[in-house]
Amino acid sequence: MSAAADATATGPAPAGQAGGLPDLLYGEAETELRAAVRALLADRCGWPEVLARTETPQTYDTGLWQVLAAGLGCAGLLIPEDSGGAGASYREAAVVAEETGRAVAPVPFLGSAVVATAALLAAGDDELLTALAAGTATAALAVPFVAAPGARPEPTVRLGVPSPEDGDPGYRLIGTVAGVADALPADVLIVPADGVPYGLYAVRAAEARMTPVVSLDMTRQLADLTFDNAPGRRLATGNAAEQAVAAALTAGAAVLAAEQLGTAERCLEITVAYLKERRQFARPIGSFQALKHRAADLWVAVTQARAAARYAAACLAAGDADAPVAVALAKAACSDTAVWVAQESVQLHGGTGFTWEHPCHLYLKRAKIASIGFGTADWHRASLAGLADLPGPPPAGAAR
Amino acid sequence: MVTADDLRGQVRDFLAGHDPAAMDRLDFLRARFDAGLAWVHYPAGLGGQGLPRDLQPAVDAAFAAAGAPTNRPERNGIGLGMAAPTILAYGTNEQQQRWLRPLWTGEEIWCQLFSEPGAGSDLAGLATRAVLDASGEPWVVNGQKVWTSSAHQARWALLLARSDPDVPKHQGLSYFACDMTAPGVEVRPLRQITGEAEFNEVFLTDVAIPDADRIGPAGEGWKVATATLMNERVSIGGGAAPREGGMIGLAARAWRQHPERRTPGLQDRLLRLWADAEVARLAGARLRQQLAAGQPGPEGSAAKLVFARLNQEISDFEVELAGPDGLRYDDWSMRRPEGANFYGRGPGYRYLRARGNSIEGGTSEILRNIIAERVLGLPPETRVDTGVPWKDLPR
Repeated sequence: MSAAADATATGPAPAGQAGGLPDLLYGEAETELRAAVRALLADRCGWPEVLARTETPQTYDTGLWQVLAAGLGCAGLLIPEDSGGAGASYREAAVVAEETGRAVAPVPFLGSAVVATAALLAAGDDELLTALAAGTATAALAVPFVAAPGARPEPTVRLGVPSPEDGDPGYRLIGTVAGVADALPADVLIVPADGVPYGLYAVRAAEARMTPVVSLDMTRQLADLTFDNAPGRRLATGNAAEQAVAAALTAGAAVLAAEQLGTAERCLEITVAYLKERRQFARPIGSFQALKHRAADLWVAVTQARAAARYAAACLAAGDADAPVAVALAKAACSDTAVWVAQESVQLHGGTGFTWEHPCHLYLKRAKIASIGFGTADWHRASLAGLADLPGPPPAGAAR
Repeated sequence: MVTADDLRGQVRDFLAGHDPAAMDRLDFLRARFDAGLAWVHYPAGLGGQGLPRDLQPAVDAAFAAAGAPTNRPERNGIGLGMAAPTILAYGTNEQQQRWLRPLWTGEEIWCQLFSEPGAGSDLAGLATRAVLDASGEPWVVNGQKVWTSSAHQARWALLLARSDPDVPKHQGLSYFACDMTAPGVEVRPLRQITGEAEFNEVFLTDVAIPDADRIGPAGEGWKVATATLMNERVSIGGGAAPREGGMIGLAARAWRQHPERRTPGLQDRLLRLWADAEVARLAGARLRQQLAAGQPGPEGSAAKLVFARLNQEISDFEVELAGPDGLRYDDWSMRRPEGANFYGRGPGYRYLRARGNSIEGGTSEILRNIIAERVLGLPPETRVDTGVPWKDLPR
């Protein structure tokens, strides 16, 4: 329940006050967390720095990540206090993601503190969770960024045979995974691998070959991973491993939706500011109805996306059975909205928006690639066919 | 601190002394009002207890569970949704005492005399004149109003009229409650594209309105009307509903019942509409949570825009999904429904009626202006009608 709801001084607001829905507002703790993250990013992660970093070999800002992860405790939000985490929930994680999205921040919050953490929580690996919470390790789940929840990614890594002469009883992994987000700054890779049985393995990043990809979005540079008999530690097998990957992808889609909400919100702010300041025909261009109506439509879309993102975070936080629907709605709404806002932002900025020296393109690239990561809007809407009982046409030749 | 449980207890106590099965319906409702259980967020003495709005559903549910009669809110949407909050905010104590009780019980239906043939989106340019008699009493009103729902059933109207043509248009308006039974008020049905007449034209000829029925100071009618219109947008876009509780539910049920009508293209559209409708429902719930938490935001304007677009797109889809049945229409005869009835009629009716959703209660274009200027702070259009006395405007 939000602190703001408390302030009405009427006792606990019923969680289901609006048709049985959870609290979709931001609570006091969430607002404080947001302020801390925003202040850090304002100080350390202005868009000129982000842009400059995209043209360096170190596209991830590991120094900033250290402060965010350990200094502000964002790495351990989802991790129980017993394991050194904050024991918070997806509601708080979503708020941090909104802020990293606003700043198009090149930090592996999503990949490490959400996706890999969700996999480890499901697999129940306390050792790694403790290291992640402390900020002494950063992890990534070795699945393509395009993997979507509900569609088990086809494993492209398999178990190898341990070499008998070194007497190593451990597991060896062989294979490649292309286009992995947030792997570049990771120390530990969580790798789903085929074999008997299918399993989830922890591999030290130094044991894998990581090839940076020239990515369309260089604020979240992808990597191709190659495992050539890399030693791994088994975390889970069979169903447990599959469920860990599924939970990680669901969490990834939900929190990425929140990130896109932040991207859209900030991109709209930048655009509105430009519409107020840019003058043509002796008046601010924002006074032209043709442009202000477009800005208004974007704002409306952001209000809708926010409700969807909050609902998804609340459902995950509460372990609500409606989570699959909520995540599909959020990822679809936030993906479409962020891309729409970013595209309109370029257009409404005119020639300025088409230049390298303006942040529009950072938002456009981040929004577009995030709209594909963990399932496109179309993919998530299609999943509603099953989730909401809206099946397609019967197969041709089926009995009438 | 009063809780929902306390209120349920109050309802129990009230019902112990007032058996709905044994009482006249209106007597029961009047007693409920007098007990402060009508709308608990209204002040004591005016049907409420000065409590937060979100405690009301518990009260309504408790009365419903006991089989108590309702005040049939659907018959008096403008009264409950717009007139009451306006009277509460700007009415005198005498006006509140006179009007709110019969309004809430449904004894007196209210309508709204705002739009005119020459003043739609440019409402502040309206031409209906209110002239104060030289003796100081009464106001004499002449003009024509349009798009008035419930005018033929209403006892009272919220009336916006020009009391001073010599000042710029927003400054010369006054706000009244107009007795619809007064001599000189003529109501004529206005037939719409659905074939029926939900709305009316209202002709006002030398209608006398006592100064005691003026709401808010003379010349400040625009301010009062703005408050009314904000409530209109909240009530049009709002309303808690379960999943598939709105028009999307009709489309989804038709989809499930008619596998033979499904195509991949229609499925893509349906999934998009279902997702958008569900997100809009969540946004509406979030808006109500904000209001309940005392953080009213500007999202109400967004809700109405989205609701209008969705109704239009869903009904458009539904007509196509209906296959050959979509070519038929249920009834073109001129009727006088109590309000828009989306659910009792066919897809063709919904398709036509939904066209009005982006026009009534502020066109979607005007709402975009409002969002752009008041929410986003974009500069206003260059205007030729500010600072000019109303009587000198070209028309």
